[in-house]
Amino acid sequence: MAQDLRYTKEHEWVRVEGDLAIVGVTDYAARQLGDIVFVELPEVGRKLSQFGAVGVIESVKAVSDLFAPVSGDVVEANGELASSPELVNADPFGKGWMLRIRMADPGQLNNLLERAAYEELTREG
Amino acid sequence: MAQADQALLSTPLADRHRALGARMVEFAGWSMPVQYSGILEEHRAVRTRAGLFDLSHMGELFAEGAEAARALGYALVSDPGSLKVGRAHYSMICFPQGGVLDDLIVYRLSDERFMIVANASNSAAVSDALADRFDGFRVVLDDRSLATALVAIQGPLALRILAPLTDVAVADLHYYAIAEGSVAGIPALVARTGYTGEDGFEVFAEVGSAGTIWDALMAAGRAGGLIPVGLGARDTLRLEAGMPLYGNELGPDTTPYEAGLGRVVKLGKEGDFVGRAALEKAEAEGPRKKLVGLLVRGRGIARHGYEVFAGDRRTGIVTSGTLSPTLGEPIAMAYVAPSDAQPGTILEVGIRDQRVPAEVVALPFYRRAT
Repeated sequence: MAQDLRYTKEHEWVRVEGDLAIVGVTDYAARQLGDIVFVELPEVGRKLSQFGAVGVIESVKAVSDLFAPVSGDVVEANGELASSPELVNADPFGKGWMLRIRMADPGQLNNLLERAAYEELTREG
Repeated sequence: MAQADQALLSTPLADRHRALGARMVEFAGWSMPVQYSGILEEHRAVRTRAGLFDLSHMGELFAEGAEAARALGYALVSDPGSLKVGRAHYSMICFPQGGVLDDLIVYRLSDERFMIVANASNSAAVSDALADRFDGFRVVLDDRSLATALVAIQGPLALRILAPLTDVAVADLHYYAIAEGSVAGIPALVARTGYTGEDGFEVFAEVGSAGTIWDALMAAGRAGGLIPVGLGARDTLRLEAGMPLYGNELGPDTTPYEAGLGRVVKLGKEGDFVGRAALEKAEAEGPRKKLVGLLVRGRGIARHGYEVFAGDRRTGIVTSGTLSPTLGEPIAMAYVAPSDAQPGTILEVGIRDQRVPAEVVALPFYRRAT
């Protein structure tokens, strides 16, 4: 698990590059969902508000919402996931990324979890 | 059903599942493996090679006595007395009102001895109902669910993997037949039954020796590509094969006729049986709803509980749905109004905020080449 990321309780990760937030789901989420077969992402330009539901991730077994970890505009959605949703399972922190969001308020990053807190959250009981 | 504060039941193979990296979930009061390497990979292994399942949570009930066949004929909708020794059939136990209490497989082990295999979630209720319905018959009910392990090997390589490990003539064993013998030196019942749509076997043995059987099958199958398979792929396999799951397609509010399983109900058998009057009426009146297959012609998966529409009219509800690993398309089973159940009919499923077209198709979605 990468050091420089922030996390949400909904098992998303955020990597900050300038005023952009790159967003995906964690390896824990990918493992819990199992084989992901369908990812529905918001279109470019859509305005998102922090922690609002913005997309859908379907695995063979379950359906799960994707939430916006920060407010902002969608700059890019990972189009490769339409034909290769399995990238989320194979490489959740890399090729399985989902959204690039231009952040409206970088201060919202303080509402997200640091790695240690996220690891605490996902510790297998 | 176990209460939340009760400890989960554990199968004799639990340590092996954990060592194999399984994700364990609560299912019907048991801690069970839902997946090991992944549902899709496990599904494909069973379709193309072989998969090994721990089904020790299933209920095994034995009925023995001079009137065992008659007692079962009264308790169930099928006619177990018509079974030859060593044969089995799919059956149901119904409520007096005609709804399904559970679906079962009944194996005739001898003239006077039967094994009834029930779903884990209903095992206790079936055991109670049988005990009640056996009253007055010369038959003894022995609920051996917790003492019996069940390991299933399913897939085109199942026969080749199992045959060298057993003294049962498995190559000659008919579909829905059972024989007593040994597997890996352990006394066992070997049946050619399953819930995957593939050829395969189910091996029943005492819980204490299940590990030996599991290990022997794993070792013998590994080179051919056998892998362990969890409940997740078991569900996608049975759904492709058009097999009902209790709690989804079957339940107290559904008659066997509505589920398309009227052939299981033997109204012509001798004597009364529990549910007879209600089922005769249901058969005469025709079903209020019909179980259909749906091929979803759009993005998204139609899941359990989603509504089905014919134009603006709500016609029914999805009972099970997944992305079919074999077809690569979303499939579902649903109950709809009988007038909307004709194959070729285009209906719509409410998937979140959209109406997605879905075509009614005949079940099953998948049939193995024979």
